[in-house]
Amino acid sequence: MDYMGKKKKWLLSGVALLISAFHLIPFYILITTALKERGDFSSKWVFPKVLAFENFAEAWETASLGNALSNTTIITFVSALLLIVFGSMAAYPLARRQTKLNKFVFMIFIAVMVIPPLTALVPLYKLVVDIGMMNTLEIAILNNVASFLPLTIFLYSGFIRSTIPKELEEAAKMDGASTLGIFFRIVFPLLKPVTASILIISCVFIWNDYQFAIFFLQAEEVKTSTVALAGFFGENANRMNLVAAAAIMAVLPMVVLFLLLQKHFVKGLASGSVKG
Amino acid sequence: MIGVETRSKSMAGSSVEVKRNRKRRKESSLWWMYLPALAAVCFFILYPFLNGIKISFTNWNGFSQTYDYVGFSQYTRMLKDPDTWLVVKNTLLYGVGSTVLQNVIGLGYALLLNQSIRFRNFTRTVVYLPVIISPLIMGYIFYFFFAFQGGALNDLLVFFGMDKINALGDPKINIWLIVFVNTFQFVGIAMIIYLAGLQSISKDYYEAAQIDGASSFQQFKNITLPMLMPSITINMVINIIGGLKLFDVIISLTGGGPGYASQSMSTFMYDLYFNRQDAGYAATQGVFMAIIILILSLAALVYFKRKEIEA
Repeated sequence: MDYMGKKKKWLLSGVALLISAFHLIPFYILITTALKERGDFSSKWVFPKVLAFENFAEAWETASLGNALSNTTIITFVSALLLIVFGSMAAYPLARRQTKLNKFVFMIFIAVMVIPPLTALVPLYKLVVDIGMMNTLEIAILNNVASFLPLTIFLYSGFIRSTIPKELEEAAKMDGASTLGIFFRIVFPLLKPVTASILIISCVFIWNDYQFAIFFLQAEEVKTSTVALAGFFGENANRMNLVAAAAIMAVLPMVVLFLLLQKHFVKGLASGSVKG
Repeated sequence: MIGVETRSKSMAGSSVEVKRNRKRRKESSLWWMYLPALAAVCFFILYPFLNGIKISFTNWNGFSQTYDYVGFSQYTRMLKDPDTWLVVKNTLLYGVGSTVLQNVIGLGYALLLNQSIRFRNFTRTVVYLPVIISPLIMGYIFYFFFAFQGGALNDLLVFFGMDKINALGDPKINIWLIVFVNTFQFVGIAMIIYLAGLQSISKDYYEAAQIDGASSFQQFKNITLPMLMPSITINMVINIIGGLKLFDVIISLTGGGPGYASQSMSTFMYDLYFNRQDAGYAATQGVFMAIIILILSLAALVYFKRKEIEA
């Protein structure tokens, strides 16, 4: 394909540029909307002459985005941390010890991956009410961890089986190291590529989660950014500028992270999309 | 696809493992290492799922302490309810529609961006970017585009002297807008998987075909497409599951309206539970949805796996 004619190359480059432009249009409209002053009803395609940055300040205040983003951050990072610790720990015996029990437990984890979480919404909601954990950050963390654990275990155990040499662990065992010591000191550091993927998958999906959050986090002080934005949109449907400004601030952290770590994101998310 | 790759490797190594196991007969399961994970999954996924099947046989209203078992009556009610079939139709449309579009467009983008052209990496980044944005917020971003009052689309129509359209309020249009927005957001994943697939095809095949005088269409049909079958399988299954579960983008774009016109099974279930206090029935719809997703994704998997073998 490197022997392409010059003319054809320029034509195809033009097509690529058109595609980029097409995909950027909604973001351009988002930005012009967010920057227009209140009462400026000019076309959304025209970049505003006066840039109303005060929309961002007002949206930040009235949507209590500061609180929402900090809740989202806490839920995301604690969930990711728990997923990595308990997921990798669980994967280790399932990958290394092929006992009957372990084969059965591994099957449970795989089978659970097939259950669409939302289909169990009614009983899950009942359960959360029964154990008195409505409107707590803890329940959001536990739910997210539970729903991503099977995928995490699947990825970790596959990696341990295929790439980590057993000899290392056996040598450490001769030296009298404990199982947990062997795992965390010798095996875990070698799992870095999977850990990176899992970190990215869980951060993106949990950061963006709305389905769980809308059910379990309805009180003002525990709202995540998506729940806060949905509520803000409901109250300010006629003030698009504010909603657009809030939307920009809500997606910005993840967008910046993506642009910085693009390659890792693409690779990590590809392994996670098995879950869908 | 780390998962897929490692699985086949581990199978190759299993005979070695068996021998080792025999040498060291008494091996403990180390069950305490997976106990916390197993407990979390059983408590928050498995138990609610099984409990949901139980609730689907009751008339529970969602908050009272008592309820009656009503046998299969929620199921017969579901099958007779015209709303069920409306939302099933919509859900299938979202699932199948986005799957077809994402794969066709994703493959097209991958073919283009696999060539050494300018703006290649830039375009890949731009197409992929929406994948990491919350689908709910993506819906709002497109709301600014399609809104009747002050939306960018109507600004454009007015500029060209045409009548405004109420795209989000018209059930003939808004269903397709939902498919479009979902496709726009996730076409990047299909593109990346196809790009990886294309890069794994050896150049030798194309060179041999060129010597034989095959046209570029023949090369595409006889080399590229068959070699891409594994990528097609993965994409089909991911996209069908994703499309059938659609929730966030419907909430932010149309709210499921007008009426029930653009509801999916997920949003319908939400509405039954939280707005109509019809928890037993909502659980029935949940069980039905799980069955549909399971059947369709398995069917897609089997169908495309068979194609893979033929090719």
